Formats: sequence, structure tokens, C-alpha cells
Amino acid sequence: MAPPKAPATSTSPADNSAIHSLWKAYNDTTPSRLKLIDTFLVFLMLSGIAQFLYCILVTNFPFNAFLAGFGSCVGQFVLTASLRSQVNPENRGEFKDVSPERAFADFALGSIVLHFFAFNFLG
Amino acid sequence: MLAYSLPSDVSPSTLVNTASLIRIVALGLISAAAISSRLFAVVNFESIIHEFDPWFNYRATRVLASKGFYEFWNWFDPTAWYPLGRVVGGTIYPGLMATSGVIYNVLHALNLPVDIRNICVLLAPGFSALTAWATYMFTKEMKDESAGLLAAAFIGIVPGYISRSVAGSYDNEAIAIFLLMFTFFAWIKALKTGSALFGTIAALFYFYMVAAWGGYAFITNMIPLHAFVLLLMGRYTSRLYVAYCSWYAIGTLASMQVPFVGFQPVRTSEHMAALGIFGLLQIVAFAQLIRSHVSSKQFQDLLFVSVISAAVLGMAAMVLLTYKGWIAPWTGRFYSLWDTGYAKKYIPIIASVSEHQPTAWPSFFMDLHLLTFLFPFGVVTLFRQLRDEHVFVIIYAVMGTYFAGVMVRLMLTLTPCVCVAAAVGLSNLVDTYMDPQEPDVEDETEDSKKTKKEKAAGAPGTGIGVIDDLVSTLSAAGSVSSEKETKSKKAKTGIFGLDTRMVVLFNTAGMLMFFVLHCTWVTANAYSSPSVVLASTNPDGSQHIIDDFREAYYWLRMNTKEDAVVMSWWDYGYQIAGMADRVTLVDNNTWNNTHIATVGKAMSSPEDVAYPILRKHDVDYVLVIFGGLIGYSGDDINKFLWMVRIAQGVWPDEIQEPNYFTPQGEYRVDDQASKAMRESLMYKMSYYRFAELFGGGQVVDRVRQQYLPKQSPTLDILDEAFTSENWIVRIYQVKKEDSLGRDLKSANAFAEGKKRKRSKPPVKRRAIA
Repeated sequence: MAPPKAPATSTSPADNSAIHSLWKAYNDTTPSRLKLIDTFLVFLMLSGIAQFLYCILVTNFPFNAFLAGFGSCVGQFVLTASLRSQVNPENRGEFKDVSPERAFADFALGSIVLHFFAFNFLG
Repeated sequence: MLAYSLPSDVSPSTLVNTASLIRIVALGLISAAAISSRLFAVVNFESIIHEFDPWFNYRATRVLASKGFYEFWNWFDPTAWYPLGRVVGGTIYPGLMATSGVIYNVLHALNLPVDIRNICVLLAPGFSALTAWATYMFTKEMKDESAGLLAAAFIGIVPGYISRSVAGSYDNEAIAIFLLMFTFFAWIKALKTGSALFGTIAALFYFYMVAAWGGYAFITNMIPLHAFVLLLMGRYTSRLYVAYCSWYAIGTLASMQVPFVGFQPVRTSEHMAALGIFGLLQIVAFAQLIRSHVSSKQFQDLLFVSVISAAVLGMAAMVLLTYKGWIAPWTGRFYSLWDTGYAKKYIPIIASVSEHQPTAWPSFFMDLHLLTFLFPFGVVTLFRQLRDEHVFVIIYAVMGTYFAGVMVRLMLTLTPCVCVAAAVGLSNLVDTYMDPQEPDVEDETEDSKKTKKEKAAGAPGTGIGVIDDLVSTLSAAGSVSSEKETKSKKAKTGIFGLDTRMVVLFNTAGMLMFFVLHCTWVTANAYSSPSVVLASTNPDGSQHIIDDFREAYYWLRMNTKEDAVVMSWWDYGYQIAGMADRVTLVDNNTWNNTHIATVGKAMSSPEDVAYPILRKHDVDYVLVIFGGLIGYSGDDINKFLWMVRIAQGVWPDEIQEPNYFTPQGEYRVDDQASKAMRESLMYKMSYYRFAELFGGGQVVDRVRQQYLPKQSPTLDILDEAFTSENWIVRIYQVKKEDSLGRDLKSANAFAEGKKRKRSKPPVKRRAIA
């Protein structure tokens, strides 16, 4: 559920106009709230990539610390992506039982639990 | 048209209130039945811990209750695996102990000073009530409340679950089945509503499950499998994404907090399915997002191809990582579920456990009774509706049945699924026959014939036509409606008259009644005997208790030094540590195969080979179980071949299994027994002074049904220290080296007054220590 910019370049090298139209469609149709969520997603992704590169290139020595950091990035990413799909007006039909406010409360609770475990695992 | 009239002047709120009152009362009664049917062992015998493993759990819980949680977490037990010791905190699933520790502290805070032993004994019955409730919730998601109540009633008393959760059976499974069902319930709920809250709850209970039982790998693979099948069926929804990702992200991080699990969720093959599906879901979700923004057909195709190729690449990466060794392959225990001959060939210690044998047909009937045949019926019923959550039960049914067929102890994981599916099926049937709606009379007769003919024509191709036919006849006019065919039949099928209804309903009620009788009988007769105490019946019907185990363990506890080392086969390690409170060499936690093989070698070697082993390990006492006098078949002579096999695995040139058989390939203990058998320490210890009991008459071993030689074997390196009343437990003390430096054999011969012959070559002076 990341913003389409980065992976789209890697998946379809050929059609430049397709990416362009995609970007345009994204910019035009997406509500600003979702765009805000998307920037957070990009940030989380960059943070996760940075940690992963550090682990590969430098050391994975406190492996639990790496897993806690990386896991909290990934976990927060998917929780935020979940929130994004829950509050997306297009998905209203799928989430009949989850109002946007409820979705945010679920997101907050899930994040708290996730970070409790991540912090506990840092060691 | 109605078959019977219903009162029409009842307000809807009264109906709702009455229904919920009845449900609450029913659940209360089910809990009571579940608890009380597990108390046979406590009522008939006494409130003690059964079996072997629970003794360790009990001992660990006592440490937790008396010393607090942090001491327990860092507990190093120097009395187990004698020279090595055992880091208990890092080698157990602490969930069970923590649960009873919390209960203990809560009860004490309420000024109810209950002994920790009673909490341990009664934990499993208590949790079985919770299991019934969790099953009710789970089945409610599958069908409705009435099916839920049926499922709860089934699992409350079904012997397949009782067998592992009677009072006194303080094992991990006692709480694990509740956690299993509740995790599955939360997962289904999360999938249905698409709520991250339920995903988080599923993750938390998954964490509790990981902390409680090694069988958590079942959940780790069931949920991804369900998600994967939904993907393949084209049933991807954002709800699936939300449910799965919130469960996986939180659950995996949480499961790594348990020290025994550690980094396994990222390092072993058992957990890779979950990771793979997690990755796949990200790709699919991303693709969905793109698709919502772009409408071009060509781009969609491109995307589809890229999704598939990314999945294949991910798979290849995992295979590569496994081959490279960064991801550990399946462990032997898990692998032996797929390759059923593997354990016997390579890891005899896994194959030697009786619970790891394949299941025989009668035990399915014994454990499940009428659920055995309601189960497939229920699964077919689920197929006919096939909502997302039904797919879960169907997969669970397939996997659970396979595993239960491979291994007896996995019957336990199958049982909840059987209860759920059977309850759904049965409740469908009852719904149909309780429904007062009658079909129209006129066009019924010819139409039903016509539809039957139509179906008969279409059936043979499908193979399950007969069942299908049956189901469609049974399913209520309104309840099943997925295909066109059923739609056309909708108005025409149905039940006529009260008598047909009554016949079927009475029959059902009768079957359920027999189910209750069967469950009670099986529980009372087969599953409620503490293995610590053996019970037999006297000719006049009174009970005769054989209490040799505790007699011997208590002797050890009171009459030996506190740091005395006791060697026995690993089966009795936990009991010796728990009841006799002495240091053991090996125990039921079989983490060091070589150490066990050492004990096996000492038991199966002649005295002069065994003595240095015993001395090197500071063994003071050797304990053997011998059932030859009263016919107790689970004794060490019958387990002896496994000792030989395990020892042979480590020292193939010193111990060979064929040596212990007669030339004809028979396993005998009488005068035809092989030389290796007669000289082995185990044989000598078991039959030492046995012939004296018969006063010159025929010496008979009542387990093997063989006549032994009149001359009992002699022991040079051991002194008999204790033999229990019925000769079940025999304890020998290891002699110290001779003070004159002779080896023990010649010292014995001298003490008995036998002169050493001059011509004999000089014996070696000193036992090699």
C-alpha cells in the first residue's frame, strides 16, 4: 500500500506514460488524509530500508535489537496500511462494522501493543 | 402451511430475552458437566498429579509460587541431567506455570489459601469450561448460537479432549486447547469484520499460546494456509489484509519474547509459510491499490504477471536461504509428520514414545463416538455455503484429520474441529426438522420426483452426489441457497407432518443421549487412572491399590543423601525429581540424546563395562521398574529394546540390537535368552533374587509369560538397596571401589569363600575409573 511512485518504476520499466498517468490519477483522486497516511508509510519504509541495509552491510550483532527495530517498522507499516484501507471511502462497502473512528482506535491500540513488544524485545 | 402452530402473542423482546437466558443457563450447565466429568480420578483416588511430564510442570510451578516470577524465569536446575544441569527458564514454555502462578496469587490475595498442588490438579478442568465457551464463540461465527451451544456441549465432554485434561493432568495441553480455540475465534472475527482490534486480540492470544504449548506451530501454519487458500479462490479483500497483517506483525514480534522460541520465527522453516503469505499479501494489496487508480487492461495484465513473478521470486529466495542454511530446515519432530518412517529410522527417541504412533480406527470411535460420522456430514454442510470462515474449518478438518491419523497425540488438535463441524451439521439437521414450514402439497409429489431424477442424472459425475442429495433434502427450505439448482427446489423440498419430524428428532436425541453415556463411560474407565497409582479389583469387587512407585520414591527421599544421584531410564526422570527430590541423570525432557544413550549403554552392557560409566557419572543409585511379579507390562524389560536402539545409535560397534535376540530372532528372557541379554545390567537388576520368591518351584515372569532359570543372576557391582512391595520398583546402590584395589568381581568371589584357582590368568587389579 505504499505510494505507487517508488515500486512502479521498478515493475514497469517500459511505459513511462503509464507511470505518469498513474501518478496523475493518484494525485487527483486521493483525499488529502490518505496522502498524509501515505507520507507516513513512505517514511516508515525508508526507515525500515535503512535499518535493513545497516544490518546487511555493517552488522546484525544485537540481532534482537535489529528485529525489534525492523519489526516495529514493518508492523507499524502494515497497521498504518490497514488504517488506510479501512478509512478509504472506496472500501466503505467492505468494512461495514468498522467506522473510521473505530478504525483509528483499533490502529492506536494495535500500535501500542506492537511497541510494547518491540520495546520489550530491544533488550 | 405450518406443521404445528406457534403461539403468536409473544413479544419479540420476550423471545430474545428468553433465548439468551436459556443460552446462559445452557453454557453454565455445559461448564459444570465439563468440570465434573473430569473429576473421576480425584474422586476415585486422590488429588495428585498424574503421568510423567506434569510432575515437572508441577515442580516448576512450585518454584514460581514460592520464589516469585523472576527467580523462576532465571531458574537453573542443577539437579536435572546431573553433570550438565538444565536452564529451565530458557527451555520451557512458561505459560502453564505462569497461569497457575497468577491464579495462586489471586486466590491468596483474596484470603483463600489454596495449596498450589490443588490449583495444578484442578487447572485443566477449569480451563475445559473455558474451552467450551471459546468453542461456542467460534461456532457461533460459523453458523448461529444454537450450533455454538451444540459444539460447546460436544467439546465439554468428548473423550478425545478429556483424555488430556482430566483433573491431575497438569500438562501444557490443559490450557492450550482453550487458547487454540480462542485464537481461531479472534482470527475469524477479525477476518469477518476486518477489524484490527480482533487482529490484535488474535495476536495476543497467539502469544499466550506460544508461551503455553509447542503446538503453536499449528496456528502459525493454519492461519497462513487459510489466507493463502482464500487468495487462490480469488477471495482477497481488504479485510483479509487487515486481519492477517495485524495478526502477523504483532504476533510474530510477541512470540519472539518467549525465550524458548527466541529467533525461531525468522530462522526456521516451520514459520516461513506465515512470512511468505505476509509478503504475498503486501504485493497483492499493492497491486489492488494500483488497479483502483488505473483502468487500462494492458497494465492490469502486466501487474498480474509482476505479482506472480514476485511471488515466485520470494519463494525461490526462501528455498535458497534454506539450502544455504540461513533458515533452519524442519526439525525432526515436525518432519516425521510428513515422512512417517523418518523418526523410526533416524531418531529412535521420538519413535519410542507411545503417543507418537499412528492412530488405529477404533480409537477414533472411542474418542469421538457419533462425532466420527457427523464430522464429514458437517464438513459437507459447510461446503454448501462456503463463506470465508467456512473455508477455515474445512482446511482445519483436512489438516487435522491427516495429523491425527499420523500421530495418536494429535487427536487432541482434531477434536475441536470435529466438534465444530459436527455441531454445524447436526444443528442444520435439527433446524430442518424443527422448522414448522411445510411445502405446498399439490406440486410436491411430481416435482420432487422430477428433481430427484434430475439430480440422479447429474450426480454420478460429481462423485459426492449421494451425500449432496442427502444434504439438499435435509437442508432447510430457507437456510441453504447458493446454487441455482437449490433455488428451484427451494419451495418444493421440506418435511411433511409431525410424525416424520418426531421420528428424526427422537432419533437425534437418542444418539446424543448415547453420546453422553459413551463419553462418561470412556472417561470413567479409560482416561481417569493416575499412572502413579495402579488399581486392580479384588474378586469381591473392592479396589486394590498398588502404590509401589510412591513407596519407592518416598524411600529414596527419606533414606538417601540429599545429593544422591539416581540413574534410571528417562521416563522416570521427572517423577524422581518431583517425588523423591533427588538428582537424576536423564529425564523426560530429552534434549541431549547422547546423555540418554549413555544411560542406555550402561543399562544394556555387562557389569564390567557398566561400572566405569556409573562411577564416572557419580551414580549412587540405580532404579529399575520391574513388572514380572504382578504383570505390570510397562516395565523396563519391555522398554529395554529402545534403550539398546538409542545406545546403538551412538555406539554402533559396542551395542548391537541383534545380540539381544535369540538366534531365531526372538526376544526372550528365559534360559534361551542370548548371552548379551543375560549379562546386561538391566536383566540382572530386574531378575536379581527373583527365583527365591518361588521357593524352588517354577520361576515365571508374568509379563513375558516365560519360565526363567532356577538360578537368579548375581550382581557384583551393585547392592540391592530397596525393593518395593510388589517388586515393581527396585533400587540398587552402586558399590564403591574395593578398598584393597581388587576389582569387584574377584572381591565378591573372595567374600563368598571361593578360592581363586592358580591356573586362572591374573585378573586386572583395578576397575578402570
